[in-house]
Amino acid sequence: MYAENRETPSRVQATTMFAIETIGLTKDYKAGFWKTHSKRALDSVNLQVNSGEIFGLLGPNGAGKTTTLKILFRLVFPTCGTVRILGKELNDTTLHQRVGYLPEHPCFYEHLTPEELLHYTGRLFGLGKDDLRRRVTRLLEQVGLRDSRHVPLHRFSKGMVQRAGIAQALINDPEVVFLDEPMSGLDPLGRREVRDLVLQLREEKKTVFFSTHILSDAETLCDRVAILNRGQLQGCGELRQILSLGASTTELILETPRDEILEELRPLVVSMVRTGDRVCLEIGEEDNIEKVLAVSMRGKAKVVSLNPIKMSLEDYFLSKVSSAKREPVAAAGAQDA
Amino acid sequence: MGRIVTIALGAFKESVRQRVLYNLIVFAFLMIGAAILLGSISVGVEQIILVNLGLAAISVFGLLIAIFIGIGLVSEEIDRRTIYNILSKPVTRAEFILGKYAGLLLTLLVNTAIMTAGFYVALAIQKRGLAPQDFSLLIAVYFILLQLAIVVGVAIFFSCISTSILSAIFTFCLFVIGNFTSDIRGFGQESGSPALEKMTAAVYYLLPNFGDFNVIDKVAHGVRVPGLLITANTSYALLYIAILLSGAILIFEEREFR
Repeated sequence: MYAENRETPSRVQATTMFAIETIGLTKDYKAGFWKTHSKRALDSVNLQVNSGEIFGLLGPNGAGKTTTLKILFRLVFPTCGTVRILGKELNDTTLHQRVGYLPEHPCFYEHLTPEELLHYTGRLFGLGKDDLRRRVTRLLEQVGLRDSRHVPLHRFSKGMVQRAGIAQALINDPEVVFLDEPMSGLDPLGRREVRDLVLQLREEKKTVFFSTHILSDAETLCDRVAILNRGQLQGCGELRQILSLGASTTELILETPRDEILEELRPLVVSMVRTGDRVCLEIGEEDNIEKVLAVSMRGKAKVVSLNPIKMSLEDYFLSKVSSAKREPVAAAGAQDA
Repeated sequence: MGRIVTIALGAFKESVRQRVLYNLIVFAFLMIGAAILLGSISVGVEQIILVNLGLAAISVFGLLIAIFIGIGLVSEEIDRRTIYNILSKPVTRAEFILGKYAGLLLTLLVNTAIMTAGFYVALAIQKRGLAPQDFSLLIAVYFILLQLAIVVGVAIFFSCISTSILSAIFTFCLFVIGNFTSDIRGFGQESGSPALEKMTAAVYYLLPNFGDFNVIDKVAHGVRVPGLLITANTSYALLYIAILLSGAILIFEEREFR
C-alpha cells in the first residue's frame, strides 16, 4: 500500500529500532447492550516512527487516531498486534518514564493551579524537589503560563488548559512526546506557539508523534505522516515523497478559444472548465503540454496563463479518504475514535 | 510507594474541598449537640444518651462521607477523564486504586478525629470534666473506623465496575445488610430448611459482617470490650479490605477507558 512498509515487519525489526512501532495493530470494540457484536476501530495498522522525527497521524474524525494513542498508553487494549515504544513492550511500566502524553481535550484536577499540576505530575515521575522546581519554572515559561501559575485551572480558557497539558507532558523531559490533537481549541496565536514548541522539541532531538485533522499544521511540522481512515492505514511516508506521488498536472487558461479548437484539445486534457470567456484546461501528461499549446496557437486562442499544479497534502488526504469511501472496507463500522 | 502517597495526598486534598464533607460534619456536630439537650431531659441516663447518640452520629455521618466521597473517587475520575492523565504516567492501575483508597481513608481518619473531639467536648460539658475511663469509648470509635475502612473498600470496588449512583446504592445496601448478617444466618438455622441454612450461611460469610463492630451500646453502659474482639475485628477488617482491594484491582486492570 505504501513504499515504507513493504518490508516485512520482522525484517524491519531486525535491522532498526524504531521510536514507535506497531505491527498488525487491530482493535475491535464490543458493541450493543449484550456486547455481542463488535466494531472494528483499527485494522492491521503497521507504523514505524523513526527516532527524532515529527510524525503526524492524520485522519478525519472517527478514523481511529485517538484509539491508536489510547492503545499506546494502555487505556484500551489491542485485540491483536504488537506495539513497541523505544523497543519496549507496552506492559513494561518503566517505559512511561521516557514518554510524555497530551490527551485529546485534556482534563485535569480543576482545583489545581498549573504550578500545582506540574508538581503533582512530576511527583508521579518520582522527580526530586529541586529538579522539579527548576523544570516547573522552565516549562511554565516555555508554554507562556508563568503569569498564570497561581490561577486555578477551572478559570483557564481551553487554550490555556491545552498549554498546561503540553507542559505536564514534558515534565519528565521525555524522549518521545505524544500529542493528541494539540492544536484543538487554540486561537491562531496559540497554534503558532504550539507549532514553535514542537519545532523546539525537534531541535532537542525528541520524537514527536501527533494526531491531527488540521492538515496545514501537519504540512508545516511533520517529517512524515500517516493517513488513517476508518481504521485502515491509507498511506504513510515522507511528506515530500507523498506529495510527489500524486502526478503533477499543468493548468492552461485560454481566452475566447473557438469551439472546434476545444474539440481538438479534448482528448489531450484531463478536464476542461469554461468560465465566461475563459476556459481552464487541466493537462495530465507532460508530453501533451506542447501538443496542447501548438493546437491553441494554431487556433489563435489567447493564452492567459500556464501553471504547473503541485499536489498539496490536503489534495492527497482528500484523494485517499474519498477513495476509501468509494471502496468500503470489509470490516464495516469502524467508526470509533 | 511514592506514587501511592502522591495519589493519596491528591485524593485527600480533593475530598477536603468538597462541600458535602463540611455539611455532613456540621450535621454530626448538630446531632452531638442535640444529644446534650436530650440527655438533660433524661434524668439518670444523661451520659448513656449522649454516648449512644454521639457515637451513632460519628458512625452514620462517617458512613455517608465514605459513600458520597468514596464512590466518586474512581468513577468520577473516569467520567471526567482525569484518569487518562494519571494512567499515562508511570503509575500502575494497582497504585492508582491503593492511592485513592489511602486518600479517602486519610480523609475519614481526619473527619472522625474532628467529630470525636467534638463528642468529647460535649461529654466534658455535660459531665463538667472527663474521667480516664471515658477514653475507653475510643474503642467504639476505633471499631467505627474499621467499619468505615471496609465501606470505603466496598465503595471503591463497586465504583470500578459501575456508575457513581449505582455504586452508592450498592454500597449503602451492603452496609445495611452487613449489619444484619448474624440475624440472617440465625433465621436460616431456625428455618429447618437445609437449603436456606446453606444460603444464609453463604451470605454470612460472603458479605461483610458489621454486627460485631457495633459496641456503642456496650461502651455506653460501661461494659468492657474484650481484647479478643479487638484483635478479631482488626484481623477481619484487614482481611476483608485486602480481598476487596484485590478484587477492585483485578477488575480495574482489565477495564478499558474509551
